[in-house]
Amino acid sequence: MKHATAATETIENNSFTVTDLFKICTHCERLSKKDLGVRIPRSLGNGPSRFIPEKEILQVSKVDPRTQSIFEDAFAALGRLDNISLVMGFHPQYLESFLRTQHYLLQMDGPLSLHYRHYIGIMAAARHQCSYLVNLHVNDFLQVGGDSKWLNGLDGAPQKLQALGELNKILAHRPWLLTKAHIEHLLKAEEHSWSLAELIHAVVLLTNYHSLASFTFGCGITPEIHSNGGHTFRPPSLSQYCVCDIANGNGHGHLEERRGNHQVSEVSGEVEVLMERMKQLQECRDEEEASQEEMATRFEREKTESMLVATAEDEECVPSRDVSRHFEDPSYGYKDFSRRGEHVPTFRVQDYSWEDHGYSLVNRLYPDVGQLLDEKFQMAYNLTYNTMAMHKDVDTSMLRRAIWNYIHCMFGIRYDDYDYGEINQLLDRSFKVYIKTMVCSPEKTTKRMYESFWRQFQHSEKVHVNLLLMEARMQAELLYALRAITRYMT
Amino acid sequence: MHFGQRERPRGLPLLFGAMEKMSRVTTALGSSAISGRTMFCHLDAPANAISVCRDATQVVVAGRNIFKIYGLEEEQFVEKLNLRVGRKPSLNFSCADVMWHQMEENLLATAATNGAVVTWNLGKPSRNKQDQLFTEHKRTVNKVCFHPTEVYMLLSGSQDGYMKCFDLRKKESVSTFSGQSESVRDVQFSMKDYFTFAASFENGNVQLWDIRRPDRYERMFTAHTGPVFCCDWHPDDRGWLATGGRDKMVKVWDMTTNRAKEIYCVQTIASVARVKWRPERKWHLATCSMMVDHNIYVWDVRRPFIPFATFEEHKDVTTGIVWRHQHDPYFLLSGSKDSTLYQHMFKDASRPVDRANPEGLCFGLFGDLAFAAKESLISGDTNRKPYPGGDRRYPIFFFKKPDLTEQFAHVSSALSVFESSLESRCMDWFVKTARLYLLGGKPFAELCDHNAKVAKELNRPQVSTTWTMLRLMFSDPANLSTPGPNNISKLGNLPLMNSFSMKEMGTESRLDRSKGEIRQDSIHLEPGNSLINSNNDENEETEGSEGQAEYMFGDAELDDDDLYSIELENQAAEEQEYTLPQEAFPLRHEIMDNPSVPEHLQQDKADSPHASGNEAEVMCLTPTESFSLIAISQPLFSTHLPAHFFCPVVREMLSHYAEQGDVQMAVSVLIVLGDRIRKEIDDLTQEHWYMSYIDLLQRFELWNVSNEVIKLSTCSAITCLNQTSTTLHVNCSNCKRPMSNRGWICDRCHQCASVCAVCHHVVKGLFVWCQGCSHGGHLEHVMNWLKSSSHCPAGCGHLCEYT
Repeated sequence: MKHATAATETIENNSFTVTDLFKICTHCERLSKKDLGVRIPRSLGNGPSRFIPEKEILQVSKVDPRTQSIFEDAFAALGRLDNISLVMGFHPQYLESFLRTQHYLLQMDGPLSLHYRHYIGIMAAARHQCSYLVNLHVNDFLQVGGDSKWLNGLDGAPQKLQALGELNKILAHRPWLLTKAHIEHLLKAEEHSWSLAELIHAVVLLTNYHSLASFTFGCGITPEIHSNGGHTFRPPSLSQYCVCDIANGNGHGHLEERRGNHQVSEVSGEVEVLMERMKQLQECRDEEEASQEEMATRFEREKTESMLVATAEDEECVPSRDVSRHFEDPSYGYKDFSRRGEHVPTFRVQDYSWEDHGYSLVNRLYPDVGQLLDEKFQMAYNLTYNTMAMHKDVDTSMLRRAIWNYIHCMFGIRYDDYDYGEINQLLDRSFKVYIKTMVCSPEKTTKRMYESFWRQFQHSEKVHVNLLLMEARMQAELLYALRAITRYMT
Repeated sequence: MHFGQRERPRGLPLLFGAMEKMSRVTTALGSSAISGRTMFCHLDAPANAISVCRDATQVVVAGRNIFKIYGLEEEQFVEKLNLRVGRKPSLNFSCADVMWHQMEENLLATAATNGAVVTWNLGKPSRNKQDQLFTEHKRTVNKVCFHPTEVYMLLSGSQDGYMKCFDLRKKESVSTFSGQSESVRDVQFSMKDYFTFAASFENGNVQLWDIRRPDRYERMFTAHTGPVFCCDWHPDDRGWLATGGRDKMVKVWDMTTNRAKEIYCVQTIASVARVKWRPERKWHLATCSMMVDHNIYVWDVRRPFIPFATFEEHKDVTTGIVWRHQHDPYFLLSGSKDSTLYQHMFKDASRPVDRANPEGLCFGLFGDLAFAAKESLISGDTNRKPYPGGDRRYPIFFFKKPDLTEQFAHVSSALSVFESSLESRCMDWFVKTARLYLLGGKPFAELCDHNAKVAKELNRPQVSTTWTMLRLMFSDPANLSTPGPNNISKLGNLPLMNSFSMKEMGTESRLDRSKGEIRQDSIHLEPGNSLINSNNDENEETEGSEGQAEYMFGDAELDDDDLYSIELENQAAEEQEYTLPQEAFPLRHEIMDNPSVPEHLQQDKADSPHASGNEAEVMCLTPTESFSLIAISQPLFSTHLPAHFFCPVVREMLSHYAEQGDVQMAVSVLIVLGDRIRKEIDDLTQEHWYMSYIDLLQRFELWNVSNEVIKLSTCSAITCLNQTSTTLHVNCSNCKRPMSNRGWICDRCHQCASVCAVCHHVVKGLFVWCQGCSHGGHLEHVMNWLKSSSHCPAGCGHLCEYT
């Protein structure tokens, strides 16, 4: 509550009013006239996601008793059911694992105190200008007794947390630059130094929130109703939309549907083509024997190409002040390493893998978290319903592996035993654009991008893709961070 | 002989077994020729695996960027051959594993990270020794294994979940085994059963296969939680399989029975990457770990708590270990990520057991003390009472070979048990004090008085005096005067006040003067004092603990005077029991001594806060004896006396008490004085005291007191103690199963567990129930109900009572 008032103040300070924020189309203006004079807090977006019709999301929880019970648990544990969980409700198995991990990281015994955890979450989410997560955790932060002065910016926070800013920045955008010197800097700072266990906790939190920010943007999660302050933190991409867009098809759904139908007829066959390719790859794998050099160049090519995939056609956006105060150096973003001329050796998964090395390190310093993360990664990687759009009994493992490895490829992580030519076959350009944007600069994700890939697929499948992206990104960041820590320790 | 075996047709394991024995005899004899020392050489790149050839003269090292053969010479490693040839080495050279054939010395196999299985023939005349290339696996190959006796048989296990058996005379695999589960981490042919091999999996399973039956595994069991990184068959014992996993365990399984039986389990400190049985030692095995820990351990599986030997040379994780010769237990080779290759001599290993403390100490439930120590230390101790069960010694395990260097240090400890005598066991004073002390909820002066009284009754005059002194030091005169006369008038024999005034008689004039000055000063200090007062008030309000506190300290409900009359009667009885060591040093005697040695007093002031705490007494009693004394004491009192003037003294006093072992006093004073003293003592010390006291309280099961202390403490580290692990687990009242998710509805039986008997709704908050009939409901509802009716709201007819 305290925070809500603070937030309203910021509204006034910035002389924003709700109407200023939206360019309201005439249709909506007419509708909203009726409400004049009544000040009722209203949720801005209808439904948890801007991209997915509310009806569809809510239906899931009604149909599936398992989802229902997970929602109940989540509500009982947190006293709220956030939009992220609602959207993840498409995949109850994953959601369960996700919530368990989240709960353990934020609430259970751990090396960091509660308000530190939330603050680190804020730092990480702010790196991607994810107002949704920032708001959520600002509330939590104040609730667990955090000092509101810290929220004025990293300068207000203790020096110990300030030192973490650098790690946060690198991890979020260019994790391959992380060296043991960074770790040493954090661990050997006299009275402001971190302990190893604390650092592991912080790293897990940072990576968790970076990737969660990706998910939030990737699924177009709308701000929570209660965090009305949230709207002042740069409402995601609102400038391009009218409220009726946000209304997500609930308002004038017929329009949307008509357009949707049109698109379907246009691109029908997309799925079939993809399936055909998968089948071909499966069959010809034995015959076609690419030479080792060929394989190596394929990886390099994919890596380079992933850089060239234009992330966003839109302009450089300057983050609004409210979120940006949580981090410094806003210009520091994802830079494509191969283009920058800085030669970074490829990270070989066979030399440092999550299963063998990362897990052991995390579990040693922060017991049980390794196990939880391991379950979560496996859940995301192995999740399948053997369906693709309207087709049933499809083995999607190849596609999932392609997506996973493509993301790791973007971070320079290479699997010796993977033929990167497959990626080119399976992932088309618009999909690559989406992946790249979501993973590297999620704040630039737009509804258009979300809609333009895999047009025939269900929303639940797109959420599934988002989960994959999120977990793959988290693992990639974690691998770099943990490797740096391991190097420091040896 | 070996070459003869190569041609041997399959299916003659029995005959073969005999031959193998014979060959072993010869090699064992040959092994005596091996010699060397602990040595190492630098590799160019981190190693992933190593393997030795059969005659123990060469070792192959394989890694991502290295594939070399080194000769093992007396004094050093000599590079013999670099197998990584070609201008642009392909991924086929990036090895995850390597194995040298144990029958054919020119034959090597590697597992490549890109999924290839490669064999190498050293007999080839060309520079490139690559022989065969199998690219059947789709994912990284984790392990290759030659058949121990069959020349052409090679087995591989891969990340893709398949194991493949290759006949090196053919271009492709002869059979494929599907684990039906996750990645294969290790495959090992059994040393004794010709057809059997074991495979370990990432999901924690171990499977046994018959090489002739690729359709289905013979047996499967779950060996570890999480991946099983390695397994190794015992070289001599047919049925023994050792497995090591990410769960930091090494387990030894007996496979001869119907169900795989875990017979030994060693807990290491990091995930186990490799495990290798030690040749010629039935119980020994060597392990190295995947992460964090760089040492190589040799364990005796029967003593799983301490490694038998440790090799600590490596600076990064050890990735490959192998015993140099299959019948020589004294040489161990290891490769590591730190790019070194080591030969370890067993005689140079460090023996952790030598450094281990064979002493142990433990308190029993009733204060008995058990103490185990090396016999040599204990013998000759006259006070020792033998334990009724007799001295317990560790059984000595080693019967087989009397080689001293090969045994665990012969430790036999003697166990003695000391029964505590009645007096020393009596910690009643501690318990009583803890219960009776008031730590908050009243004005400072009252707290001090109360605590002084408590101490007095427990026959601890020194502590009692300290409390009184504290009150005098830190109370402002206004507060001082009110309780003072009260006490005296009420309890005519309040010992301290009495003695104090009596003692002061001699120097009344001086004291009056000083008192007057105190008053003056206290006027100056008024703002500060009032602040303290208001603090006290605040404490009372915010804690709201007055009622609670009374409840906790049940005895305190008796009012002061009641308490006194009762306790005084008991006092005599109690006095007999108590011998309190720290109060044993006689106050009076010290006072008598003082005059003769005036310097001593000054020293005392500095050294022993206790003495200086009682300084006033000392001065007063000996006014005539030494001028210098008065000269010292006068300024003490006559100058300004703000409360913080005493802080150093009090601080020393507290440390004194703490050092003497009476941490109770230290903490109690700390709490009662609160802000007055807190800043004077560094946080770590405070925290230490608090922790010790809380620990003591909890051992005496004084949970309430300990919680009170936690609550009242000002250390953040302490106050957070009772904010952790606040989860409360409940079981469903219906099906008696734990309710994992919510407190009010059971997942399994879908019954609401706690329904209010009045409104029949689910109770989600406070649930109050009658202990007689176990019906209950919302606190408010039940309260209201019982106002109007005395029967149970559920209608069971029980006459419930609400108090």
